[in-house]
Amino acid sequence: MSVVADLGIAFGRVAFVMLFVLNLGGLLTWVERKQSAIMQDRIGANRASIFGFRVLGLFHPLADAIKMLAKEDFRPARADRFLFGFAPFVSVFFALVAFASIPFGDTLRVAGREIPLQAVTLDVGILYLFAMLSLGVYGVMMAGWSSANNFALLGGQRAAALMISAEIAIGASIMGVIMIYGSLNMQDIVRGQGRSFLGGWLPAWGIVTQPLAFVLFLTAGIAATKRIPFDTPEGESEIIGYFVEYSGMKFGMFAMADFLETVVIAGMTTSLFLGGWQVPYLGPEGFHLPWGWAWSLPHLVIVLLQVGAFVVKVCGMIFFMMLIRWTLPRFRYDQAMRLGWLGLFPLSIANIVLTGFLLLLWDAR
Amino acid sequence: MTLDLRRFYLLEVFSGLALTAAHFFRNMGRHVAFAVGASRTGGAVTIQYPEERRPYSPRLRSLHRLVRREDGSPRCVACMMCETVCPAHCIYIIADEHPNPEIEKVPRRFDIDLGKCVFCGYCVEACPEDAIRMDTGILEFSSYSRGGMIYSKEMLLSLEAAGADGRPRSPIPVPADRKA
Repeated sequence: MSVVADLGIAFGRVAFVMLFVLNLGGLLTWVERKQSAIMQDRIGANRASIFGFRVLGLFHPLADAIKMLAKEDFRPARADRFLFGFAPFVSVFFALVAFASIPFGDTLRVAGREIPLQAVTLDVGILYLFAMLSLGVYGVMMAGWSSANNFALLGGQRAAALMISAEIAIGASIMGVIMIYGSLNMQDIVRGQGRSFLGGWLPAWGIVTQPLAFVLFLTAGIAATKRIPFDTPEGESEIIGYFVEYSGMKFGMFAMADFLETVVIAGMTTSLFLGGWQVPYLGPEGFHLPWGWAWSLPHLVIVLLQVGAFVVKVCGMIFFMMLIRWTLPRFRYDQAMRLGWLGLFPLSIANIVLTGFLLLLWDAR
Repeated sequence: MTLDLRRFYLLEVFSGLALTAAHFFRNMGRHVAFAVGASRTGGAVTIQYPEERRPYSPRLRSLHRLVRREDGSPRCVACMMCETVCPAHCIYIIADEHPNPEIEKVPRRFDIDLGKCVFCGYCVEACPEDAIRMDTGILEFSSYSRGGMIYSKEMLLSLEAAGADGRPRSPIPVPADRKA
């Protein structure tokens, strides 16, 4: 009986994360259209309807999916048969599984059980995230190589170069966070952000303790999603990109992977810098405001508040990333490389040194 | 060396983000106000085309029509002026004797190939009889074939001038080869 319950709980945890990421990723096509439209004084896609109901164009992702599935699935004659079909799956798969180690809530205690609200509890969760994020680029490189198209190859090569320069900056900027919270476990890092400074007024979120790392991480993270302003691998006005030979749902999977990576980067930023599921001044028993006012809440309400806070933060982060995507123009390839290697990388190393120095001073107090 | 803050890319990024975010929230507020009925205009300048239309200018050159005499016959006397002046060579006229001896000729056929027409309006200006006009207000004619773009004398004769609001008063002519 307990084995069944355990299995059910594990399945539920995975299902929650899977459905959250998948649905959010699908919804992002709608968000992208509508948000850009509102920013540009337009209305945005609103024609797809079911029985005459349009619901603000929310059926467009559905219509897109039907269109993609119904389109011709074309494969160039000289393309590598296996890799060409395999590449989009690699892209989507690693974008999907990356979210697994991001905690969406604290431990839930129900009927004598302790359920960690995280798809997979990993002690090296942050390294896992990292690995999945960089493995995603293999799909892009495979696509670029197997298409037998020089432009696709250029796109794949650019994606690889961009990923390496972004990945190093991501890793080095995360280092400061790891040093402050002293753990590679995502759940521990989020718990560490529950402490506070200045007599309890200022939550010790990563953005407070590591402001420079936040900017560096976000920049490199957006580069890792391969979206504007770092969409040199795609660069539709110059090389069209690694998916130039793809059509139908395979192309849709590459587009989907970009959206999923946006969700993953938003989740990572939330967990590492915005306090993850932490609600300001909400402890394990209830609200404790700095001037001594307290309001105790039942455990279930607190967990719901925390999960809600995580979802709201991720959505806010996605909004911000979309805002950046519709504000900035694309970096030229050499500019992106220069930013990565001469801007982000040295600054994040400097951030590690500075953090180490400050930690030393803090501990010596 | 002077310090140019614009070289520090991040500040410019923030000013750009502030601009687009301000647009987003202002328009979002307008959309919400429109949705709850507090405002008559939404946050977008979009005109929802097939349902909403801008009024056309009275000078708009739209689909041609052939002006009729009181007895319903074309006012055209097949003088070939329009066919001659047409820079796109899209007008084809075959002349015939008119039964009334006071009128010299009448077109037996008067075809306009709208697939070639450039809507310059020279035919209207060249016409000595004011027999061809481009005031129907009809812009939405299309066909799946080239032949379907050739409009005959009968089709052009059946059209009316647009109303005072610029809206077409005659139905959009459907080429014979188009289904429904």
